[in-house]
Amino acid sequence: MQNKLEKNVIKAYIFVTCLVDTFFPEVGESVVRVLDRLGVETEFLEDQTCCGQPAFNSGYQDDVRVVAERFLKVFERVLNEGSEKEVYIVCPSGSCTSMVKVFYQELFHNNLSLLNIVKKISARTFEFTDFLVNVLNITDVGAEYGGVLTYHDSCHMLRELGVGDTPRELIRSVKGIEFTEMEMHDACCGFGGTFSVKFPDVSVSMLDEKIDCITKSGADTVVSADMGCLMNIGGALSRRKIPIKVMHIADLLAKGGKVS
Amino acid sequence: MSFEKVAFEKDSSRALKDKKLRKALVSVTDRFRAARERASAQVGDWNELRTRGREIKKETIENLDKYLIMLEESVKRAGGEVHWAGDAAEACETIIGIARDGEVSSVVKSKSMATEEIELNSAFERAGIKVVETDLGEYIIQLAGEHPSHIIAPAIHKTKDDISLLFSEKLGIPYYAEPEELTKAARERLRSEFLSAGMGVSGANFAVAETGTIVIVENEGNARLTTTVPKIHVALVGIEKLVPRYQDLSLFLTLLARSATGQKSSTYVSFTTGPKRDTDTDGPKEFHLVLLDNGRSAILSSEETRESLYCIRCGACLNNCPVYRQVGGHSYGWVYSGPIGAIINPQLMGIDKAPELPFASSLCGACRDVCPVKIDFPKVLLDLRKQVVDKKSGTNRVGWHLFEILGIKFWRIVVEHRSLYEAANKIAYYLQTPWKKGNGNLDSLPYPLSRWTNERDFPQIAKKPFHKRWIRIKRELGEGKNKT
Repeated sequence: MQNKLEKNVIKAYIFVTCLVDTFFPEVGESVVRVLDRLGVETEFLEDQTCCGQPAFNSGYQDDVRVVAERFLKVFERVLNEGSEKEVYIVCPSGSCTSMVKVFYQELFHNNLSLLNIVKKISARTFEFTDFLVNVLNITDVGAEYGGVLTYHDSCHMLRELGVGDTPRELIRSVKGIEFTEMEMHDACCGFGGTFSVKFPDVSVSMLDEKIDCITKSGADTVVSADMGCLMNIGGALSRRKIPIKVMHIADLLAKGGKVS
Repeated sequence: MSFEKVAFEKDSSRALKDKKLRKALVSVTDRFRAARERASAQVGDWNELRTRGREIKKETIENLDKYLIMLEESVKRAGGEVHWAGDAAEACETIIGIARDGEVSSVVKSKSMATEEIELNSAFERAGIKVVETDLGEYIIQLAGEHPSHIIAPAIHKTKDDISLLFSEKLGIPYYAEPEELTKAARERLRSEFLSAGMGVSGANFAVAETGTIVIVENEGNARLTTTVPKIHVALVGIEKLVPRYQDLSLFLTLLARSATGQKSSTYVSFTTGPKRDTDTDGPKEFHLVLLDNGRSAILSSEETRESLYCIRCGACLNNCPVYRQVGGHSYGWVYSGPIGAIINPQLMGIDKAPELPFASSLCGACRDVCPVKIDFPKVLLDLRKQVVDKKSGTNRVGWHLFEILGIKFWRIVVEHRSLYEAANKIAYYLQTPWKKGNGNLDSLPYPLSRWTNERDFPQIAKKPFHKRWIRIKRELGEGKNKT
C-alpha cells in the first residue's frame, strides 16, 4: 500500500454528508487534508446532497428510495473512473456509511439492477477511519495533540459496520495525547436522528448518562467519528458549561505534525 | 391491562421523573447485564450457539403448521387435552370452562406473560374464581394491583420499602424490613394456597413438538408446585414457543438461562409430559394445553417481521436497552416491554394501538448484540415504522405528525435538486440569525426544534458550507504540491 501511496494511484471521492457540509464543513476539510498528506488524491462530486438516512429511520422508505437513487446516480461515476487509479468513496460518518453499505441493500432488495449498483458502490465505500487503517494500512498519520482523550462509539459505526478498533488505533498513535476509555463507551448517546426530538425527555436522559461517563473518564476531549452524536453530546456539554471539547476524529488527525 | 392506545411519550416522561424507579432500573439492568456477559463468555462458541438457536427457530416458525399438529398429537398421546384459542377472549373462556368443569373455586398461577396478555386474572375474578400468583414478583404485583414491568423480573420497579409497606397493608403483618422476612411471609401464605387450589395455571418456556413436553424454567420452585399439586394443570402457551425435538432443549435451555439471568441453568427446570400416569405416585389428574394465537399468525404472515416470533423471552434485550434502562417497562403500555415490546406489542395489539412504539428506540442495535436468537431488532423496527407511516396512524401528537410529513416532503424536494439544496443552505444560514449565541450555538429554536434546544445547544449553520470551500481547498492542496 505504501508503494501505491507513493505512486499516487489511490483516489478518494469524499462523501461529505449533509450534516458535515452544512454545520461542520471543517470536518470535511480535515478529511481531505489528512488524506492528501498521506498521498491520496481527493475529489468532491458537487452534485451530492443527502443519503436519505433521516427519512429512512423515520419510516418514509418511498421518499428515501428516490433520494437514494439520486445518490447512486451521483456516485456511479466513481465506478467508471479509468483503470490507472484505485478509487474509493470515503465518508466521515459511520452512520451515513452504514446507510449506503447496509441499508441501501434492504431498500433496493426488490430491484436487481439497482441492487447491483449498490453492491458495487458499497464495496468501494469506507468510513474514514476504516479506510485509513484497513485500506491504506496506516494507523499513525503523524498527528500531534495535547490532551486527555476518550472515544465515543457511535452505534451505527460499531454495530452496523463493526468498526470500533480502527478509531482507537488511530487515536493512540497521535503524539502528545493520553487516551482513557470511558465507562459504557458503546452505549448510545441518545441521538438516534429524529428520535432526539420525537422523545426528547428519553433522549436527554440517555445523554445525561453519557455525559456522566465522559466526565468521570477524566478526559478533556471526546472524540467520535459521527457528528450526529457529537452535536448531541457537545450540545449538552456547552449548555451545561462543562469544559470538555468534542472533536471529530478527522479534526484530531489533521492536527499538527507531518507525515513522516 | 386494557387495550388502550399506548402513550409512550407521556408515560415515559412520567417514569423519567420517578427517581426511585430510575435508580432501581439502573441497578437491576446493570446486574443482569454483567451476569449475562460473564455467563455467555464462559461458553466458547456462544456466537455459534446463537446462530444455531436462530436457525432452529427459523425452521420451526417457517413450518409452524406442521409442528403444531405434531405437538397436538404428542400431547394427546401422553393423555393430555389440547385446546386452540384464536384470541384472548377465547383463551379465557376455555380456561374458565376447564375450571368450571372441574368444579374449581381457587387457582394458583406460576409466572406467565401469555396469561398477562389475555388478562386471565380479571377473567377468573369475573367468574368468581379466586386466583393467586405464586411467583414472588408476580405475587407482589398482584397485591399491588399493577402489571409486570420486566419479562423475567416483574416487580423490579418496586423497592424493598414499597414491598414492606404493601405486605403489611395487604397481608396484615408487621412491617418487615428484611427481604428474608418478606419472602418467608409470602411463602407461608402461598403454601396454603397451593394445598387448597383445585387448578394450577402455568405458561411454558418451550413446548416440544415430538414429545408433547412442556418445559418451565424458574428459580423459586413455585411453578413446579403449581404444575404438580393441584388436580388440574393448564398450560397456556403461545404458538411460537415450539421447539421441534427434545434434543433441541439442551441448546435452548443454555441460551435462555445464560441470557436471562446469567445462570448456567435455572434452579428448577420442569419437564411435564401429559397428566399423572398410573405408575406415578403423584401429579395432576388432568393436563390441558391451551395454544394461544392472539395475533401471532398475523406476524407469521409478514415476511419482514416474522422473526419477532423467534423470541424466547429471556429479557436480555431489555437489560441492554439504553431506552428501557431510562424509562422502565410500564412506558411501553402493554404486556411486553423493552425492544421486544417495541416490536411485538404493535404487532399483537394492532399497529394503530401502539404507533409510537416502533419509534421508541434510537436504533442503536444493542438488543440485537445480545439476543440469543439474533433477532434483527433495528430491521423489524424500521419495517414497523414504515407501516405506521403508510397507515398514517402517526404518533400521539398530531402537531408533530404534521410537521414530520411536511418536513419530509420539503426535505425530499430540496435534496433532490442540488441548486435548491444550496439555496436552502444559504437561506437557513440567514434565518438562524435571531437565535445565534456568542458561543457559536443556537439556544432556543422554535417548535419542533425547541424539543432539541430545551436542554441542548444546537450547532449553527456554517457561513461557508463544505461545497463552497471545495474549490479553495483543492487549489491550496495543489499549491502545496507545487511547492514541494
